[in-house]
Amino acid sequence: MPGDTLSDVAFLYRRAGFGLRPDELERAAAGGYDSAVESLLAGLGDAPDPGAAGLAEPTFTSGPPPRGAGASQAERAAFAKAVRSDVVGLQRWWMNRMITTSTPLREKLTLFWHGHFATGVSKVRDARLMYMQNQLFRSAGAGSFEALTQAVAKDGAMMIWLDTSTDKKAHPNENFAREMMELFTLGIGNYTQDDVTAAARGFTGWTYDRSRYEYVFRPAQHDYGFKTYLGETGDWNGEDIVRIAVTRPESARFVVAALWSHLAYPVAPSDPVVSDILPGYGESLSIAGAARSVFLHPEFRSAQSRTGLLKQPAEYLASASRALGLDASLASSASGDQRPGPRSAPDLPALAGALGQTLFNPPNVGGWGQNGYWLSTATAHVRMQAAMLLARKADLSGLSSLPVRQRVAAAGELLGLVDGWGPSTAAALSRVAADPVALLALALVSPEFVLA
Amino acid sequence: MTNDTARFTRRRFLIGAGAAGAAVGAGVLLDRLAAPGSRPAAEEAAGPLVLVTLYGGNDGLNTVVPYDDPAYHRARPTLAYTPGEVLDLGEGLGLNPKLAGLHSLWQSGHLAIVRGVGYPQPNLSHFASMDIWQTANPPDGSGAGWVGRWLDLADDDPMRAISVGATLPPLMRGERRSATAVTAARITLAGAPPLREAYAALQAPAADREGLAAAVAASGSDLLAAAADLDRLSTSPGGQAAPAGASDLRSQMAVVAELINAGAPTRVYEVSLSSFDDHADEKPDHEQLLSELDSAITGFLDSVSGHPAGRRAVVMTYSEFGRRPAENASGGTDHGSAAPLFVAGLGVKGGRFYGEEPSSTSLDADGNPLHNVDFRSVYATVLDRVLGADPDKVLGGKYPPLDFV
Repeated sequence: MPGDTLSDVAFLYRRAGFGLRPDELERAAAGGYDSAVESLLAGLGDAPDPGAAGLAEPTFTSGPPPRGAGASQAERAAFAKAVRSDVVGLQRWWMNRMITTSTPLREKLTLFWHGHFATGVSKVRDARLMYMQNQLFRSAGAGSFEALTQAVAKDGAMMIWLDTSTDKKAHPNENFAREMMELFTLGIGNYTQDDVTAAARGFTGWTYDRSRYEYVFRPAQHDYGFKTYLGETGDWNGEDIVRIAVTRPESARFVVAALWSHLAYPVAPSDPVVSDILPGYGESLSIAGAARSVFLHPEFRSAQSRTGLLKQPAEYLASASRALGLDASLASSASGDQRPGPRSAPDLPALAGALGQTLFNPPNVGGWGQNGYWLSTATAHVRMQAAMLLARKADLSGLSSLPVRQRVAAAGELLGLVDGWGPSTAAALSRVAADPVALLALALVSPEFVLA
Repeated sequence: MTNDTARFTRRRFLIGAGAAGAAVGAGVLLDRLAAPGSRPAAEEAAGPLVLVTLYGGNDGLNTVVPYDDPAYHRARPTLAYTPGEVLDLGEGLGLNPKLAGLHSLWQSGHLAIVRGVGYPQPNLSHFASMDIWQTANPPDGSGAGWVGRWLDLADDDPMRAISVGATLPPLMRGERRSATAVTAARITLAGAPPLREAYAALQAPAADREGLAAAVAASGSDLLAAAADLDRLSTSPGGQAAPAGASDLRSQMAVVAELINAGAPTRVYEVSLSSFDDHADEKPDHEQLLSELDSAITGFLDSVSGHPAGRRAVVMTYSEFGRRPAENASGGTDHGSAAPLFVAGLGVKGGRFYGEEPSSTSLDADGNPLHNVDFRSVYATVLDRVLGADPDKVLGGKYPPLDFV
C-alpha cells in the first residue's frame, strides 16, 4: 500500500526499472524510499552496469544499403536478409539489457526516448545506425534535453528517418522540422506552418555520410538567409533552430509532461502536476533532475498513479523474464547454430512485436500509444500465449514445494507484487494452484501484473 | 427488433450454419434480420464495409494523375507522370501505372473515385489529421472513432466490427464498445480446459476492479467471446490463406476474405498500409506501396467473389491527407490536404468520378488544394447505404450523401 516502504520501493522499481526480485527488494528498501531514488539516479550517464557487463555487444553483418541501379535483385534481397538478421540480434541484445541491467532507470529512459524520438529501421535499413542511436539515448538520455536533442538532430538514423540528410536550400524538405516541433520539443499548437518552413530552411545543408557513419555539413546547400522562427528573426542554422525550440517555456511543459506520463500516468502539458516538476528540470533542462522530482512527488506514489499505467510490451516481457530468472540469450550449439539455452526466455523480440511493439520499428514517428492503446482482443491473446511460454521455461520448484494453499500468495511475491492480489484475481488463481505452470501463466496475465 | 433479439437470432443462425456446413446466404439473411424495418434501402444494404487506412499521407496527385494539367507538370518537374505512362480514366486524369488492377475494376464499372476529399482548415500534422479522419470530428479530432460511435449505437456483438492487427486504431474505438482485433481468422487459446476456465474467471467483470484494471480484464473476456464466435465459423468451408511471402496488406485482406467466406456476420473490417510519408525519393517507394494496394484490393475482391456477402463488399481507402503539389528538392513531397479516395466492389457504381477535381491553380496559403467533398459526406454515404445506419446520429450532423453505392 502507498506509504509502506517495501510497497513504495517495489512500485518505484517497476516504474523506474523492470521490477525487483524479492531478495533485491529487501536490499533496495533497506535505506528507505528516498535513498532508493538516489541509487537509481546514480545509475545514469556513464555509470558502469555490472549486471549487463557479461552481454556480448551486437554484431552487424550488413553495411549501408546498396545504392542506385548497380545493385542486382539478388544483392538487394541478400542485403534485406542481412538487415533483418542484424535487427533481431539488436532487439535480443536490448531485451537482455533490460532483463539483466544493474542500472534499470537508464534502460527505462532509453526505452522512453526510443518512443519519444521514434525512429524505424524499416526506412533507415541499417541496424548499426539504430544501435548508435540507442547508445546515444543510453549515454545522453539523462543529461540536458538540449544536448540530447542537438545530438538526435545529427544522429544518422534520425537524419535518414526524417530526411534531414536530403534537405536542400532550393526547396527545403519539411519532415524533420515539423516533427521536431510537433513530437519532440513543443507539441502541436505551439508553432505555425511558417515556423515549419523557417525551421526546414535552418536544416538545409545537413547531410549524413552513410559509408563513414558521420554527419557532414554542406555549406553550398545551406540557406544562410534570415528566418523568422518562433517569433525570433536571425540567420538561424539548425543548431539555433533546436536551441530556440527547446528553450521555450512550452517545451519544458511538453517534455516534463511526457516524462510524467511514462513514469506515473498520462497527463497533458497543462496539468498542474507538471508545474511542480518544472523546478527539477530547471534552466539546464535536466532530465535526471526532472526524473528525481517525479519520483519524490507525493502524487507519484498515490493510488491514482499506481493504477494509472500499463506496462508496454517490452517492459512486460522484460519484467516477467527478470522475475522468473530467464534471459533472452541464445547458446551456440556444437554446429554453431544459435539455440535457446535451458533458461532462455521464449523469443522475446517476436512476442513484443506480436503485442504491438517491435523494437527499433515503431509504427510511425509518433511512437507507441499508452494504456488503452495496448489493449485489444489480439494483444490479450498474445499475452496469454507469452505467459504460457514464460511459465513453462521458468524454474518453479520453489512454488511447487509449497503447500497448494500458499502458492497463490507466493506467485504474487515472485512477481514483485508486494501488495498481493485483489480478491477476484486471488479466487481465479486459486482454481489452478495445484498446477504451478498454469498458476504462474495466469498470474502473468492478471490485471495486477499487466499494470505497470 | 431489440438488440437482444438481434444477437440471439444471429447466434442461433451461426450455430445452424455451422451444423449444416454451409455459410452461403448467411450475409443476406443476416442483413435482413438485422435491418430496421422502416428502411427500405437496408433491404439491399451492401455490406460489409472494408476500410483501408493508408498511413503517412498518400500522394493523391500521383495516384489519380492530372496528366493533362500544365500546372501539375510545372509543380512536379521530377515526379510527374507523362500522359503516356498513366492508365487513362478520362477527363484528363489517369491512374498511376502501378494500379493496373484498379484500372481494370474501373473499366468494368467496379471502382469509383471520389475526388478532392478533405475538410475545412486542413491540419498538416499526421497525427492530428488522422485523428480528424478517424473521429470525423474536426478541428480537434477528439472523442470516439466514427466506427466506434456506430458500434455504440448497435448491440454488443464482438463480431460486428473487426480490425486486422495487434492494436486497435481510434477509428474502431467507441465510448462503450470497441471492435475486435484479430491477426488471423481463428483464435487458438493456449492451455488445458481447467486453465481456460480459470482464465475466464480471472477476466470476468469484478466489483474490486475499475479503470485500467477493469479494461485489462475486459479485453480478456472480449477475447473469449470472439474466440467462441470464430470457433463456430471455422466449421464452415472456405478461406484462403495469403500466398507465401504476401505483403502485409495482402495478408490482412486475406484474413478478411477468409472471414467473409466463412459467413462472418461482421459489417465493418479495418486493414491498413503504412509508409506513405514520402518526403524524399518518393517515386520508387510510392510505386511499391501502390502496387501493394493494387494487388491487395484486386486479390481480395477476387477471393470473395464466390460469396454473396463478398459480392456486396465495399472496399474504401482513405489517408490523413494528400501531398503538396509542389515537390521539394529531395525528390519528395511535403504534407498536403484534399485528395482522391477509392471505393471498390461489385456493387459500387464505378467507372465514374464523384466530386470535382480540385483546382491546381487556386491553392490555400500553404500551397495545398482546396477540398470539394467533405469527408463526412463519404462516411454518410457508407453509413446509410452500406451499413443501413442513420448517418446523422453517428456523424452528429447532416452531410449530403454521394451516389457511389
